Amino acid sequence: MMKNIIPENPPFKLINILYKKEFILFMVFITIIIINSNISPYFLDLYNLIDSTFLFSEKAIIALSMTFVIIARQIDLSVASIIAVSSCVLGYTTSVGFDTYLVISFTLISGILCGAFNGFIITRFAIPSIIVTIGTMSLFRGLAYSFLEDQYYNKFPKFVVSLGSDYLFGYIPYAFLTFIILSIIFAFILHRTIIGKRIFSIGNNPDSAGYTGIDVDRYTFVLFTLNGLFSAIAAIFLSGRLSSVRPNIAFGWELEIITMVVLGGVYIYGGSGSILGVVISIFILGMLSFGLGLLNVPGVGIIIFTGLLLILSIGFPSFIKYFRSKNE
Amino acid sequence: MIKKIITSRDFILFGIIIFGVVVVGIANPFFVQPSSLSDVLTDTSILIILALSQMIVILIRAIDLSVASNLALSGMLISLLSTVYPELPVIFFIILSCSIGTFLGVLNGVSIAILKVPFIVTTLGTLSIYRGLIYFVSDGKQVYSSEFSEDFLALIHYKFLSLSFLFWIAVAVFILMYILLNHTKFGRNLYSLGGNPDAAKYIGINENKYIILAYSLSGFFAGLCGYLWVARYSVASTQIAIGFELTVISACVVGGISVMGGVGTVVGCTLGALLIGFIRNALPAVDISQFWQLAISGAIILIAIIINTKTEQRKEKTIMVE
Repeated sequence: MMKNIIPENPPFKLINILYKKEFILFMVFITIIIINSNISPYFLDLYNLIDSTFLFSEKAIIALSMTFVIIARQIDLSVASIIAVSSCVLGYTTSVGFDTYLVISFTLISGILCGAFNGFIITRFAIPSIIVTIGTMSLFRGLAYSFLEDQYYNKFPKFVVSLGSDYLFGYIPYAFLTFIILSIIFAFILHRTIIGKRIFSIGNNPDSAGYTGIDVDRYTFVLFTLNGLFSAIAAIFLSGRLSSVRPNIAFGWELEIITMVVLGGVYIYGGSGSILGVVISIFILGMLSFGLGLLNVPGVGIIIFTGLLLILSIGFPSFIKYFRSKNE
Repeated sequence: MIKKIITSRDFILFGIIIFGVVVVGIANPFFVQPSSLSDVLTDTSILIILALSQMIVILIRAIDLSVASNLALSGMLISLLSTVYPELPVIFFIILSCSIGTFLGVLNGVSIAILKVPFIVTTLGTLSIYRGLIYFVSDGKQVYSSEFSEDFLALIHYKFLSLSFLFWIAVAVFILMYILLNHTKFGRNLYSLGGNPDAAKYIGINENKYIILAYSLSGFFAGLCGYLWVARYSVASTQIAIGFELTVISACVVGGISVMGGVGTVVGCTLGALLIGFIRNALPAVDISQFWQLAISGAIILIAIIINTKTEQRKEKTIMVE
């Protein structure tokens, strides 16, 4: 199963583009747009399309840093619970009357601390990240519950509320804008810098990456901390948009975020993937749930669909391989 | 010999449970009355069954996150059927529930073994698919206690030696698992697959077969618990057992089942489940809010896993020195 793809730039050929995962994903995206606009006349409305980005921008921000984590052969199931913790910190610091910049700093710090806690346990005790983040998933969510119990926060600084629900120049939602800027930065780091190359080599083979002098533990720790930070950023946008924080906020998001990453062609055992693929898959899932929503398919239908898509997107290639090997 | 028993993990776990019961008993004497202790056992029975079946999956280095959704879906399906055909015998519903559970488990196994979808992706996916299907089949409605036939609910309240039917089922599952894992070829092969998958394949163990078998067993017991859960709480809804998979996994981890595979005993796993069940029941008895439960079980998973890994690493080191 191990793919030894060391990312490098092969000579450019137009025909090669057709075989790329990103190209296939893009075709799927175009198909979904065409089908959706044929089924519902409301789909291709500019304002509707702009507003539909609110549905996925927060998840998309976390999906970017999750891409790094998964490429480095780790996984983080605790992101949604970190959102719950950070949102509680946001609500609490507002309620005791801190200034806006202090409120935001405390929120970001809470996310960083949660992420660093994950990273510390994983690297210090050499425990698989899947089991650690299953633990912290319920620990962090539980902290939010024990702190808020059955109460909720509905007062946030004006700045946070406008971040979550306003538009730049009246057109581009701030959350969406942040996502686009971040995806350019992340793509640059992953595909054009030594840091990105090291993350790929850690994912391909952590042991040999260690022998070449990469401090694998340090990278892992930083990646989990980053994941916590971006969960906190998403928490700010989400709380601002919802204007209400309960402990069950963002419940089940970890699944949707991992689906975004894996559908985007990132190999779940690390070592291969691209930001472009993840960005396209985010748009695919976003437009899909927007289209299904216009058709009045309930949220549950979308959940089932997401789960199926997740399994099939990984299972389909091996399914074909299995049948080919049977026929031979 | 005695020293070995006293310092063994299982014995320490047993000691912690007894110590905990005594401490809570001093704080709240009502908790240690036989009737409330027997309630604790009844309450923990489903957890014991699910932890033992999860153990099989964890032994081969996998995890089944879909058990709670599987349980809820099988429970809902038989509840809906029982409202339409209340005259059917209970045993029919139990068998049906187990079969539905097994089928859902086989789906997991096939996806992992044949489609090669990693277990975490598969079971996270089916966790939401199965949960979503409950809404689909039930239209989001609940089946209330008044809608079940009397027979459907009566079995669960049957008592033997003043312990509930549920507890005796857990005892039966315990004995079955003990024999299966310690005295059959199936059990030995599971341990060797988890301990060293490559070596196990070289000696001719069919890995795919065991993955599918492990997941179908996990599904079978999830289906069984689907009936038990619905009958015990006499309600079937879309929300039942939500998040219970984490409790099950924490019971396994506390019981000393290594997530690296191949390590763990049936007795340890059962004691782990008993400890978690005891803590869940003791918290209200000593006036700790139920909102703390989730955080406490998360903390327990982390502490237990750190202790597990430390002891395992120590063992590895000694092997290298010798």
